[in-house]
Amino acid sequence: MDLALLITRFPPALLFIGGALLIPFFKGKSKSGFMLALPVLAFFCLANTPDGSYWAFQVLDCNLILGRVDALSRAFGYIFCLVTFVGVIFALNIDDDIQFCAAFIYAGGALGVSFAGDVFSLYIFWEVMAVASTFLILARRTRASQAAAMRYILVHIFGGLCLLAGIILYVQRTGTTEFGLIQLAGIDSYLIFVGIAVNAAIPPLHPWLSDAYPEATVAGAVFLSAFTTKSAVYLMARMFPGTELLIWLGAVMTAIPIFYAVLENDIRRVLAYSLINQVGFMMCGIGIGTALAINGTVSHAFCHILYKALLFMAAGSVLHVTGKIRCTDLGGLYKTMPLTCLFCIVGAASISAFPLFSGFVSKSMIISAAAHNKLVIVWLILQFASAGVFHHAGIKVPFFMFFGHDSGIRAKEPPLNMLIAMGIGAGLCVFLGVYPYPLYAILPYPVDYIPYTGAHVVGQLQLLMFGALAFCLLILSGFYPAEMRAINLDTDWFYRKLSLRFYRFSDKTLNKMNQACETIFAQKLPDSLAEWAKNGAARTLVILLLPVWKAMNLSAERQTQLSNHIDTLLRNGAVSIGISVAGVAILLSGLYFFH
Amino acid sequence: MKNELTLFDNPKNVKRFLLLFYSCLLALLIIDPFIHKHGEFAWEDVPEFYAAYGFVSCVLLIFIARILRWWVKRDENYYG
Repeated sequence: MDLALLITRFPPALLFIGGALLIPFFKGKSKSGFMLALPVLAFFCLANTPDGSYWAFQVLDCNLILGRVDALSRAFGYIFCLVTFVGVIFALNIDDDIQFCAAFIYAGGALGVSFAGDVFSLYIFWEVMAVASTFLILARRTRASQAAAMRYILVHIFGGLCLLAGIILYVQRTGTTEFGLIQLAGIDSYLIFVGIAVNAAIPPLHPWLSDAYPEATVAGAVFLSAFTTKSAVYLMARMFPGTELLIWLGAVMTAIPIFYAVLENDIRRVLAYSLINQVGFMMCGIGIGTALAINGTVSHAFCHILYKALLFMAAGSVLHVTGKIRCTDLGGLYKTMPLTCLFCIVGAASISAFPLFSGFVSKSMIISAAAHNKLVIVWLILQFASAGVFHHAGIKVPFFMFFGHDSGIRAKEPPLNMLIAMGIGAGLCVFLGVYPYPLYAILPYPVDYIPYTGAHVVGQLQLLMFGALAFCLLILSGFYPAEMRAINLDTDWFYRKLSLRFYRFSDKTLNKMNQACETIFAQKLPDSLAEWAKNGAARTLVILLLPVWKAMNLSAERQTQLSNHIDTLLRNGAVSIGISVAGVAILLSGLYFFH
Repeated sequence: MKNELTLFDNPKNVKRFLLLFYSCLLALLIIDPFIHKHGEFAWEDVPEFYAAYGFVSCVLLIFIARILRWWVKRDENYYG
């Protein structure tokens, strides 16, 4: 049996997850070698596996399929392996097994989701991703990161439960665990849609991303930027292509975060907002659903993973060597970190879709698809967002870190492995921008698209350069919003503040009600009942006899004597049988009368 | 620190950079009418459409962002 056939026996997801468990047993260079070998092996495994269904087995009554290999899943599989390889190189100088294990299990989860052919294995890998990724935030080991990780996992548990509920209803309805195209119809599909939308960070379910990613470790943010949102993009493209709702959600998603990114002070939070913006383009492409749009979505996801990882690596390098990441604390770093600056500029040019950089050859497919379908408003929003992305991610990120005001920080370049990782990322961004055909070859549909036409290049350059002119003029005029230490409220306010207020409100009202109920029903009512059981009959009798005594003109003293006498008689059970029978007869006749 | 780049410490270099930038803008404006266009929408064929759209978009972006800041800005310790 040749090697290629042997390694196809291992699903890439299990290769990563199994490999992750072995990482702590390696030391030094062998550990580095082992970790670098895993994504390479998974990549070759995929490359040598023809399209089809693999690694299927039966558990109880369920058919689990771990390997649905087709053009769509393969493209995501390739890029997940590639970014794991680059991310591991970037992280090699870090001595923290938790991060390595979490990163590999997380990447394995993303691969598992990409190749899952049934809903149960999909759900398991989905949750594996959620749990493993949380450790990449926790591993920062700060109070803020622990709090952010807790919020992150809670949001993902909510999303996961929506997905699970949808899956159960889906299996009930269709009678199969296999899945493919599911259109929005019926409660099951909506629940699945919401579950995926949480991971895709579709507004208003997006704030977990801008909350948690900036709190992750330096290397953790690189992995986080790649897997969660993009595996959600894959699933949306698999299950809901051509869903009109996604066009509008995607358009909103491209526009809203750029305003926040302009205001944000934390560079990695700026990148998090621009990540949401970029995923918006992909959602729009999936919503349009034509061959060009889906090709655009997949190629944009591919390019985006690379340049976003590159930008997070550049920002992470700055954080690693300076310990700072806020615009207000940084500036002038190009003087001592020219290589990191250069790589950051390549990432910035790529995300801005500058001609000759990767974003240009992918994003334009989605915008062209919107134009082909005559979606006027969507097209205008996407172009607005393209100009806006250059503004915040293209100019702001490199400008405030490496240029702008001189912060006086004279930090050295990061360690060699970090530079190599950024170099590979930057090289791939330029390569795909200049020569996109290897990328076009792995897209789900045959590509009939030429990105480099005169009109397109000049139009895009005008859009970007005149956006840059606006930046220059606004900075010089002082109208550009100054960088300041502040936070900007987002929809996480609802669960970070409003829910707290709801908790306090519930605490006050419900606990008060609880106390009142205890006083009334647990204390006072039994006492009253006991009292009534003891004295009730005598009192009732006295109340009934009082008008009679008054009619007989008995003195108050005599009345007191009689009532005391009745009380004594009843308390001691010394009422004569005749009177008892008469009482019962009166009671029964009364009951009969009022019947 | 030795081996430190000081490219933009010199105001002349900043001026040169801006000059280069403005020249690029001018070149883009000049080239545009000579490019053969085949846009899906009629306005794409209007000369300098993208330049105007890019500029206006970014000014609008900043304008709205300033309003947004007034609305959503809170102290750094707002959430405790």
